[in-house]
Amino acid sequence: MRVTVIDYKAGNLTSVLKTLRHLGAETVVTDSDLALIENAERIVLPGVGNFAATARLDATGITGAIRAAIHKGTPFLGICVGMQWLFSGSSEAPEQPGLGAFSEACTHFAESTEKVPHVGWNSLEIRDGSKLLAGVEKGEHVYFTHSFRAPVTSNTAAETFYIEPFTAAVERGNVMGTQFHPEKSGATGLKILTNFLQWEPTC
Amino acid sequence: MLTKRIIACLDVKDGRVVKGVQFVDLIDAGDPATQAARHAREGADEIVLLDITATHEGRQTLLDTVRRTAQQLFVPFCVGGGIRTAHDAALVFEAGADKISVNSAALKTPTLIDEIGRSFGAQAVVVAIDARRNPDAKDPVREAEVYVQGGRKPTGRGVVAWAREAEQRGAGEILLTSMDSDGTRAGFDCELTAAVSEAVGIPVIASGGAGTVDHFVDVFGRGKADAALAASIFHFGISSARSLKEELARAGVSVRLPC
Repeated sequence: MRVTVIDYKAGNLTSVLKTLRHLGAETVVTDSDLALIENAERIVLPGVGNFAATARLDATGITGAIRAAIHKGTPFLGICVGMQWLFSGSSEAPEQPGLGAFSEACTHFAESTEKVPHVGWNSLEIRDGSKLLAGVEKGEHVYFTHSFRAPVTSNTAAETFYIEPFTAAVERGNVMGTQFHPEKSGATGLKILTNFLQWEPTC
Repeated sequence: MLTKRIIACLDVKDGRVVKGVQFVDLIDAGDPATQAARHAREGADEIVLLDITATHEGRQTLLDTVRRTAQQLFVPFCVGGGIRTAHDAALVFEAGADKISVNSAALKTPTLIDEIGRSFGAQAVVVAIDARRNPDAKDPVREAEVYVQGGRKPTGRGVVAWAREAEQRGAGEILLTSMDSDGTRAGFDCELTAAVSEAVGIPVIASGGAGTVDHFVDVFGRGKADAALAASIFHFGISSARSLKEELARAGVSVRLPC
């Protein structure tokens, strides 16, 4: 099992790579080699930091290559900013479009007395039928660290409540994303990444 | 619901876990990688490794330790101690840390916070603050004095002012150690923690003084802490993070369970 991990120079990939390898995957990292995306068995787009950094995906042609790979059915997982990028954009960097696989946009948490960023372990409310979250029990906790969030939509696979309900995981066929960090979410996170690595299309 | 985090802290010197009482009298408490994995297995929500080795040779040992420790960890892992430049931080991230904490170097060069935040994201920057109540100040708590170099050198800065500056510069979290309480097992300094937590919009991790479950209940309530650090309470088999969290849940604190 080989996973192509996209590097867009926004933070560090060590944790994601280490965890994928721990689960038995072979990893290749690219910041520009489109062939590695076109021929990928699976693609992971990690991400921490600012949405604006995803501009590099457009500049390198990676956005187009990912769009094509998703179209032909390659399983794709976006993590944190990598998940937000699947949406149409984010108010964090309004001039920078996302992939647009999901039409909604990400926005900052609403004003409240709660602290932002949302940092720590929060629980998941999982919708039926999610393949990415198969075997995860209602109420299991995962690790978040973010200030912007995607709204709850018809493609939401799990929602979490902090200040307001938001999308913790999104899933439509081979396109998947988690706002939380499965690579930092203990046994629950390992189960979710294993589901991704074993994901097969439904006949 | 967002839960309160219990963070296991490993003070490491020359590649071994040690625990001091008020910053001195170090006792050997084992191998960092083994200890970290055990804490994670026993329910800790996060691991902090604070390197208290000052020497240059020690730095290489630290990177090896971080690498070995990260290998077995699938919960957030923060490393602090001796990070003086963005390059130092980059090496620690490469070795497998998810966050770094800066203390003395950030006070000396506050732009270090901005710089690391820009490269690795604010979520990766924890500013550690060691503070001691200042009986001579108008407000001994809010103006508790910030110390550097492992608590040896006063800076003349007030804790609330410095925490706010750290936040403005892009720190993702504050790790606040009460020097008055550290190592005493007599409870966290809840007034100090609350003063800082109310002054900033980022999470505050309380540290120093954990001895009983009630101390944690107190610091999450009265102290308004978002997370709490524990070191010696676990090291000698007194309690595991899981059993601590089970007792916290019974006391009405929201924690990650099962874990």
